[in-house]
Amino acid sequence: MSDMADSDRGGLGGSSPRASTASARIAVRKTYKLYIGGAFPRSESGRSYVVTDQKDRFLANAALASRKDARDAVTAARKAFGGWSAATAYNRGQVLYRVAELLEGRRAQFVAEVRAAEGLGARQGEAVVDAAIDRWVWYAGWADKLAQVRGSANPVAGPYFNFSLPEPTGVVAVIAPQASSLLGFVSVVAPAVVSGNTVVAVASERSPLPAVSLSEVLATSDVPGGVINVLTGRTEEIAPWLASHMDVNAIDLSGATSPLADDLAAAAAENLKRVVKPGDEDWTLAPGLDRMLTYLETKTVWHPASN
Amino acid sequence: MPKFEYAPAPESRSIVSLRESYGLFINGEFGPSVDGRAFKTISPATEEVLAEVTEAGPADVDRAVTAARKAYEHTWSAMPGRERAKYLFRIARIVQERARELAVLESLDNGKPIRESRDVDIPLVAAHFFYYAGWADKLEYAGYGPAPRPLGVAGQVIPWNFPLLMLAWKIAPALACGNTVVLKPAETTPLTALAFAEICQQADLPPGVVNIVTGAGETGRALVEHPGIDKVAFTGSTEVGKQIARACAPTRKKVTLELGGKAANVVFEDAPVDQAVEGIVNGIFFNQGHVCCAGSRLLVQESVYDEVLASLRRRLATLRLGDPLDKNTDVGAINSAAQLAKIRELSEVGEAEGAQRWSPPCELPVKGFWFPPTIFTGVSQAHRIAREEIFGPVLSVLTFRTPAEAVEKANNTPYGLSAGVWTEKGSLILWMASRLRAGVVWANTFNKFDPTSPFGGYKESGYGREGGRHGLEAYLDV
Repeated sequence: MSDMADSDRGGLGGSSPRASTASARIAVRKTYKLYIGGAFPRSESGRSYVVTDQKDRFLANAALASRKDARDAVTAARKAFGGWSAATAYNRGQVLYRVAELLEGRRAQFVAEVRAAEGLGARQGEAVVDAAIDRWVWYAGWADKLAQVRGSANPVAGPYFNFSLPEPTGVVAVIAPQASSLLGFVSVVAPAVVSGNTVVAVASERSPLPAVSLSEVLATSDVPGGVINVLTGRTEEIAPWLASHMDVNAIDLSGATSPLADDLAAAAAENLKRVVKPGDEDWTLAPGLDRMLTYLETKTVWHPASN
Repeated sequence: MPKFEYAPAPESRSIVSLRESYGLFINGEFGPSVDGRAFKTISPATEEVLAEVTEAGPADVDRAVTAARKAYEHTWSAMPGRERAKYLFRIARIVQERARELAVLESLDNGKPIRESRDVDIPLVAAHFFYYAGWADKLEYAGYGPAPRPLGVAGQVIPWNFPLLMLAWKIAPALACGNTVVLKPAETTPLTALAFAEICQQADLPPGVVNIVTGAGETGRALVEHPGIDKVAFTGSTEVGKQIARACAPTRKKVTLELGGKAANVVFEDAPVDQAVEGIVNGIFFNQGHVCCAGSRLLVQESVYDEVLASLRRRLATLRLGDPLDKNTDVGAINSAAQLAKIRELSEVGEAEGAQRWSPPCELPVKGFWFPPTIFTGVSQAHRIAREEIFGPVLSVLTFRTPAEAVEKANNTPYGLSAGVWTEKGSLILWMASRLRAGVVWANTFNKFDPTSPFGGYKESGYGREGGRHGLEAYLDV
C-alpha cells in the first residue's frame, strides 16, 4: 500500500516514501466519522466503505451511514433549530465568519485533501479551497442583511403597520454535489444555515473526506452542535429517507442525478418541502441569492396603529 | 339584549344579465368545447340553475395553452411594461365601473353575503389590479435583478371561496410581469371569471393573453400537467397541492401553492373583549368559514375563558343567516352540497370524540345548502376538529395559561398559513409574531387583506407569496 502515500499528489496517509524504512515514523491516520448533533459517531450500522482518490488508490474508510443515522441527524437538526434560528443575525454572522477563520488556518490540510479527493494539481487545489473559504465569508456576511434586502414595509390601506420579514424554513436536507467535494459542499450548506436553518448534509459519495474534515472545523468553532450535521455513504441509500422525512422542511438535490433526483422531488411533495433541483452549476461562479431564498419563508405581520 | 327585527333588504338581481350558456374564453373569443360537454352552475342558496357552462377537455386546454403561448411570444412579452400597465389599469377601472354587478353575480354563484362581495371581494379585486398595474413598468426596481424576465405561460387553478378575488391574485401579477395565462375557475363558481373574460374584451386586451377554461378537477389536471406551460399557480386544498407538487417534480415548471390552514386565534387576558369577540366572529364566520386562513382554532387564556365565551355566544345569537343578496345578511350559504356534507361529517366527529357542540337558535332556509354558526368547547389538540381543516362556520375552542403554551399549541399543526393575536401589549404582539410559524399574523384584527401585503403559507400551507413586491417573484424567472 505504500504507493497510496504519494505526497506529491497530496495523499492523506501522512506517510512518505521513508515510511517503508524501519527507522521512519509511522503516521497516525485519522478515522473519518459522521458528524451528528456535535458528536462524531460511527454509523450505527457498523458499516464503512472504501474511499479512494481519482486513481482508485485507497485514502480511507468512511462511515456508511444508514437510515437510522439519517433520522438521528434530522432529530439533532430539529433540536438545534430553535436556538440557532432565534440567535441574533449579528451572532450568526460572527459564528459563521469564525468558521472561515478556522478554515484559513487549516488551508494546507484542505488543499491536500481536496487535491487527493478530486485529483487536482497544486494551483487548482489552492484555488478551490480559497474559493470555498471566500464563499463562506460571503455567506456569513448575509446573516444580518437578508431581512433588509428581503423584507418590506407594506403600505396597506388601514390603520396598521404592516411588515414582511424573512424567516428560516426549518430543517434543510442537502444532497451535496458529487464532483466538488469542498467548494460544492460549502456552496450548498452555507446558504441554508446563514438565515437560521439547520442542515443535514450528505457529503459527496465518491469524495466525502473534505466534508468530514470541515465538520471537524465546525466542531471546534462556535457553531452549536446539530446546526450542521454531516453524513457520508451511498447517496442512493440515504437521500430517499431524507426526501420523505416528514420533519424535513426543504431539500437541495444538487448531488442527485436523474432519475433519482425526480424520485426524490416527488417524495419531497409529501410534506411540501421546498426543493432545489439539480442543475449544471459551476461552483466557482458567484452564487446569487437563489439558494438562500428557497429556504426562507416570508412572514407578514399586521400590527395595530391606534391610540 | 333586545333583538332588532329587520325587514328584508335584498340587493336587486336585475343588474346581472345572465346568459343561458357560456363558452370557453380562448384567444379572445368565447367558443364551444371540442366535445361539446357542459355542466350547470347553481345558486347554493336556492339550488336554482343559473347557467350552463362549458367543460374544457384536454384538447380545449391545449388550444388555450397554444393561444397563450402565441400571445406571449408575439405580443405580451415584447410589449413595453408601460403599455402592459395601461391594460391592467383599464381592467381595474372596468372592475370598479361594474362593481355592483360583479358583487351580485359573485353572491349569486358563491352564496356569500352581498355585504362581503360588495365591500370586500370586489374592491380588493380592483385594488389588486391597480397595485400590479403600477409594477409592470418598474420591475427592474423590484429587487430581482436589472432586467427580470417573465416565465412564459402560466397555468392557474383557483378555488370557489373568493372566485374573482383569487382570479385577481393570480392574473394581475402574472400579466404585470409579462406572462400570459390560462386560468381555470372552480367548477361551482365560474360566472365571475367569465364576466372577467368580457372585461378583458372591453379593455381590448390582446387575444390569448388571458384564457379562461371552465371545468372540474380533470380540466385542472390537464392544465397543470400540460407540457406547454412554464408556471403553475394553485390555490386550494393541501391534498391537491401535494398532487400538483408531485406531478411537477420531474419538470422545470415553477410552482406556487396556496393551500389549507388551521389558524390559531390567540386571545390574551388583557385584550378588549368586545373587540376580540368581533375578531373571533370575523375570523371564522366571515365567508361562512370558507377561508383558507380562517381562525378556526380559538385559543383563550384561561383567566378570561368564561367572559369571552359568554360574550361570543351572545354575539353569535345576533348573526343573521339567510339570503346572500340581503344587505343585512351576515352568514350566507355553504357553497355546495359536497362541502356541506364535509362540514356535517367533521362536526359529527367532533361530537363523537367528546367535544361540546353549540349553535345559536337559527332557522335554516329549506332550499339550498346551509349550516349554522357552530362552536365546539372542550376541544383537545388530538381531536380531529382541532387538526383538520373544516372549511366551514365551525370554531374549536381551546385554552392556555402562558404565552409559551399558546405558541406551542398554535404551532402544533402541519399547516402554517395565518394566526391571530389579541392583546393590548405591543411587545407581546411582536413576541408572539416572531414565534408563530405562520405566513400572516394579524394582531387585534383578522382576515384583513391588502394588495401590498404578501400572503402565503409555511409548512404544508404551501409555498410562494401573493401580494406585494414578494408576489412578483412567483411570475419572474428568478
